[in-house]
Amino acid sequence: MSGERILVAKVGLDGHDRGVKVVARILRDAGYEVIYTGLFQTPETVAAAAVDEDADAIGLSMLSGAHMTLAPLVVEAVRARGADIPVILGGTVPDHDLDELKAKGVAAVLTPGTTAEGIIKEVQQVLDGTQAA
Amino acid sequence: MSSDTTSPREQWEQAFNASPTRDAEFTTLSGIPIDPVYGPEDGDFPGQYPYTRGPYASMYRSRLWTMRMFAGFGTAEDTNWRFKEIIKAGGTGLSTAFDMPTLLGLDSDDPMSLGEVGRCGVAVDSLSDMEDLYAGIDLGEVTTSMTINSPAAVIFAMFIAQAEKAGVNRAQLGGTLQNDILKEYQAQKEFVFPPRQSMRLVRDTIDFTSREMPRWHSVSISGYHIREAGSTAVEELAFTLANGFAYVELALAAGLDVDAFAPRLSFFFNAHIDFFEEIAKYRAARRIWARWMKERYGATDPRSMQCRFHSQTAGVSLTAQQPEVNIARTAIEALAGVLGGTQSLHTNSMDEALALPTEKAARIALRTQQVIAHETNVAHVADPLGGSYYVESLTDEVERQAEEIFAHLESLGNGSLLEGVITGIEENWFQGRISDSAYDLERRLNAGQRITVGVNDFQAGNEEDQIQLLRITNEDEQRQRKRLDSVRSDRNQDAVTEVLNKLRVEAEDPEVDLMPTLIEASHAYATVGEMMNTMAGVFGRHVEVPSI
Repeated sequence: MSGERILVAKVGLDGHDRGVKVVARILRDAGYEVIYTGLFQTPETVAAAAVDEDADAIGLSMLSGAHMTLAPLVVEAVRARGADIPVILGGTVPDHDLDELKAKGVAAVLTPGTTAEGIIKEVQQVLDGTQAA
Repeated sequence: MSSDTTSPREQWEQAFNASPTRDAEFTTLSGIPIDPVYGPEDGDFPGQYPYTRGPYASMYRSRLWTMRMFAGFGTAEDTNWRFKEIIKAGGTGLSTAFDMPTLLGLDSDDPMSLGEVGRCGVAVDSLSDMEDLYAGIDLGEVTTSMTINSPAAVIFAMFIAQAEKAGVNRAQLGGTLQNDILKEYQAQKEFVFPPRQSMRLVRDTIDFTSREMPRWHSVSISGYHIREAGSTAVEELAFTLANGFAYVELALAAGLDVDAFAPRLSFFFNAHIDFFEEIAKYRAARRIWARWMKERYGATDPRSMQCRFHSQTAGVSLTAQQPEVNIARTAIEALAGVLGGTQSLHTNSMDEALALPTEKAARIALRTQQVIAHETNVAHVADPLGGSYYVESLTDEVERQAEEIFAHLESLGNGSLLEGVITGIEENWFQGRISDSAYDLERRLNAGQRITVGVNDFQAGNEEDQIQLLRITNEDEQRQRKRLDSVRSDRNQDAVTEVLNKLRVEAEDPEVDLMPTLIEASHAYATVGEMMNTMAGVFGRHVEVPSI
């Protein structure tokens, strides 16, 4: 797993950055190379950064409730650049949103209470899935 | 106030006897009479410096804490309806949650607002929204708290403008503006202007309220968000009080007399799950604030020394798993707030790990406070844990560790807490400490050293059906944009342009208090985004250097 690059991002206006930073450190300690975009990114700036940084996956952290609008826009922005980088979403996402997010191309959703072990497992599955495809 | 020959208890008795008593039966369930306070004759008493045991002699014997439930979602009309429900259910104060675009000073039709309008709170773009938000609520009677920071001066101006239009004089308005910009850079991260320029607006609001609005709390210095972002209890306490000292130094530097503004400062702390540590934190907060205000800043009015605070149960302690268990967590946290002597309290709803609360969940949260207030008898005695070996020792230790942090900040600012805090922000010192503490706790959870019920142990029941959650649709966003369109087309555009020009000119002169012009702009229906952009043209915008 080591060396795979994951871009973690905050998109939109949500300033809650505890989760994104904790997850970034968990992934870094697990051997991934982690790049953090900082706050207030747009779907376009996230997609551009992921392509520029040659990221293997994008991790979006969203706690403001805007995930149904913004997460699919990140997926579209990545595809519009001709890239095939999976988008993983984490945050306060209710179960009733999961199917629609998957249908719109979000590779995985990490819901509240996911443990460090669970995060790493889920991320690695997404990365393996992409590599196998 | 009293001569040296009277004992602390006698002095307390005089103050207590001069206070009103609320209508309740002050006995235990078995009929044992309950005194208002317990302790040795020459010990510490509530309402006496350094106020460790409470800011007032009679505490909840006179009046229960204000059950102030934070609410806001969708459009102003939606939230107005929720406010009226809260008042009907027995809530005694209002607290307004604004949506993300409003918190960042953006209009609902700004491209960056996409998907965020009305999500986390109510969308306010102009005076028109303010009018609907508080329609039919007597603002001379109900006190109102507004959780707003970067655009605090703008939203406050709109609030004043709408009250004036409704016939309420600004001097009659009672309430609280959060207006604590320092913790935004440290923790909550809803900033717009750079720190020093933001502090000018804080100064303007303190200056304005000290002259014109005697019932208004100009800044609610907030540790809540610092804690939610991952700090420890000690860091929450120390960073918050240090920010408080920074605001005091800011106002002193502006030439204000300490006793002219310090009584209008209040605090907002987290009520977290470590029961006794939280109580010790509140007690230490009161003692430290009193001592610093008196000894360092020369306050002589006791109200300048009394740390009065709102508290809210810990959002981060809520779990998505078995959400009903959150009712128990919230009850315990709320009890800590009450035993710690809070002046007002918000209790979180069980569903908030996943969404804004449903009406039912919010009602249960309010009912939790009512159970504590009316069934348990805990409110009959001030500081009931004072004198506990454990709580007293913990209070001393929390205070000692906080003083170490103040010493560090003071050296960072070459003797100035104001400079120390701003430098600490600019150098990412606070942000780094908070991230480190958050990660440290996470590691202990993942290693099983700490247990969260339903998350890393006791998971049976996690698979049961989900509770009903509140759903906010994108229709609110579209509705709000239409409202904004009609405001823009109905107003006198020349008047807006003129007042925004005046605002720009005044912003360039750091000596000018911008509040009067912001109120004028509100009356002209200038939008939040227009006023903020005008000031950003002068002040610039803050960009945080990302760090993990």
